[in-house]
Amino acid sequence: MIAKRLAPLAATVILALALVGCGETTGPLEAGASRPVTLLNVSYDPTRELYKEFNVAFAKYWKEKTGQTVTINQSHGGSGTQARSVVEGLEADVVTLALGYDVDEIREKGLVAAGWQSRLASNSSPYVSTIVFLVRKGNPKGIKDWEDLVKIGVSVITPNPKTSGGARWNYLAAWGYALKRWGNDEAKAKDFVASLYRNVPVLDSGARGATTTFVERGIGDVFISWENEAFLALNELGKDKVEIVVPSISILAEPPVTVVDKVVDKRGTKAVAQAYLEYLYTEEGQQIAAKNYYRPRLASVAAKYADKFPTVNLLTIDEAFGGWQKAQKAHFADGGVFDQIYQPKR
Amino acid sequence: MADSIALRATAVAKAHPRARSEPAFARWALTGTALSFLGLFLILPLGVVFAEAFKKGIGAYLMAISQPEALAAVRLTLLVAALAVPLNLVFGVAASWAIAKFDFHGKNVLITIIDLPFAVSPVISGMIFVLLFGSQGLIGPWLAAHDLKVIFAGPGIVLTTVFVTFPFAARELIPLMQAQGSEEEEAALSLGASGWQTFLRITLPNIKWGLLYGAILANARAMGEFGAVSVVSGHIRGVTNTLPLHVEILYNEYNLSAAFAVASLLVLLALVTLVAKRIVEWKSGSELAAGRGESK
Repeated sequence: MIAKRLAPLAATVILALALVGCGETTGPLEAGASRPVTLLNVSYDPTRELYKEFNVAFAKYWKEKTGQTVTINQSHGGSGTQARSVVEGLEADVVTLALGYDVDEIREKGLVAAGWQSRLASNSSPYVSTIVFLVRKGNPKGIKDWEDLVKIGVSVITPNPKTSGGARWNYLAAWGYALKRWGNDEAKAKDFVASLYRNVPVLDSGARGATTTFVERGIGDVFISWENEAFLALNELGKDKVEIVVPSISILAEPPVTVVDKVVDKRGTKAVAQAYLEYLYTEEGQQIAAKNYYRPRLASVAAKYADKFPTVNLLTIDEAFGGWQKAQKAHFADGGVFDQIYQPKR
Repeated sequence: MADSIALRATAVAKAHPRARSEPAFARWALTGTALSFLGLFLILPLGVVFAEAFKKGIGAYLMAISQPEALAAVRLTLLVAALAVPLNLVFGVAASWAIAKFDFHGKNVLITIIDLPFAVSPVISGMIFVLLFGSQGLIGPWLAAHDLKVIFAGPGIVLTTVFVTFPFAARELIPLMQAQGSEEEEAALSLGASGWQTFLRITLPNIKWGLLYGAILANARAMGEFGAVSVVSGHIRGVTNTLPLHVEILYNEYNLSAAFAVASLLVLLALVTLVAKRIVEWKSGSELAAGRGESK
């Protein structure tokens, strides 16, 4: 009698557990040529549209080349948060993050081999971007360059550099501008960036959240943004609402991609994961990047899309800051410059 | 004595109908305030969800909810609820049975601990599981060595949902069981019934409506939970995204009408839950009344 009553419940639980279990069985063996394979690409916020398109193209290419069906799953979020998840065990076959430092975080836990950045061409960044301003239609506050952002009464939107990769590029672009402007005077640069952040009413945790704050919630006069994110907002939300302003100096943002060695070794997906990243460098991969407003590296594609991207004087992180490790330590670590200059509004 | 006062009061009320009620203007103002408040804070937002969902026509709506990623989210949400709710009922019955029918040291501590998931923020609930099962966590390395995935996968989502919905069944049952006392069980035992027989024939029938009510509330929360699940899910589309997480993704992709279409599914689930809750309240109410009639 008891057994009779409990049987349906027990059956449900067992069945459901089995279903969950099935979802998790991904082939731990070396994937044979015809066996379908899945890849997980853990990426940052603004690449959603890019990889949606790229994944379809790569799956088609891989099927034609090897006959194997590949499904690519995507996960998006703030770059720092995503790196953290991978460190905590999110099984990413490849990471495509906003900046090298976040990959270094993963390397430090032994998931990615040292020297990862020289494994692929161009610092492992198949596409680059930069930082521009998005302002309200007609530019009512007359924003033209970085100096206009520190004016009293200008409200600036940028995400939190502690969690967002894009926000760190924003911060460093402002710092780089100030260094150039005042002949490498660090104290002047610090004052400049401090007064810029005094004009920031709210720090979102990721680039996409900040875009929503600026565009949909209508907060702020100027939004410091990835160039690709700015173009996307312009196209999605209409040229009658916002426009792009290109500053005189900005930074060359190199979002890196790499294979997560420990995961691909365990799952036996090394070959397909590597091919996936290499495909980003091909003509087709570069076309898709350019179409999604990322600046392509390949000369032929770059020439084709040259009129789409404004020419900006671009600093690099290595020249201006001596690399990511150094920049991170000086500016964004606990107690670093950012902590000294930013006080949340009460 | 009491009867005569009541009689007199009725007489006064009949003679002066207004003596027992507020002036008409006050009644209208109060009802109006309540209704407009309801309209503004409950009906209007619900209306907006459906209006936005159907903004681009019924075709776009059906497209949005039949996308493979949306369907996967529906499947996962239903699966998680189907696992978390029964588990909760078992735990809830066991815990409230122990608390209501027995006396032991630390009973109050136990009651407090059961309430813990209500007291902590859902995000913290999620973090707890990351700290436990994450690769850098306590059990994480052992799990990884045995190739078991908990966090950023189905099991982690189920565990977190069980955690945040834990108090629903127990909270519903403890007062009910305490009010019922243990006389009936004692009688059954003294007549020679075994422990299991007593539980199945006396305790369970007595609490079935409370149990169902707890299940409905737990189910509503299990399907709607965002914060805790967001921390442990890993946001892999089509794999570990539940309905609420999928709504956020669509919203962040400027895909407003799809976001609201999927949100409307959640609203529909909520409405079904509300109707079920109403039926249970009505059924249990009439049964209670019937029970009282018999005992008199």
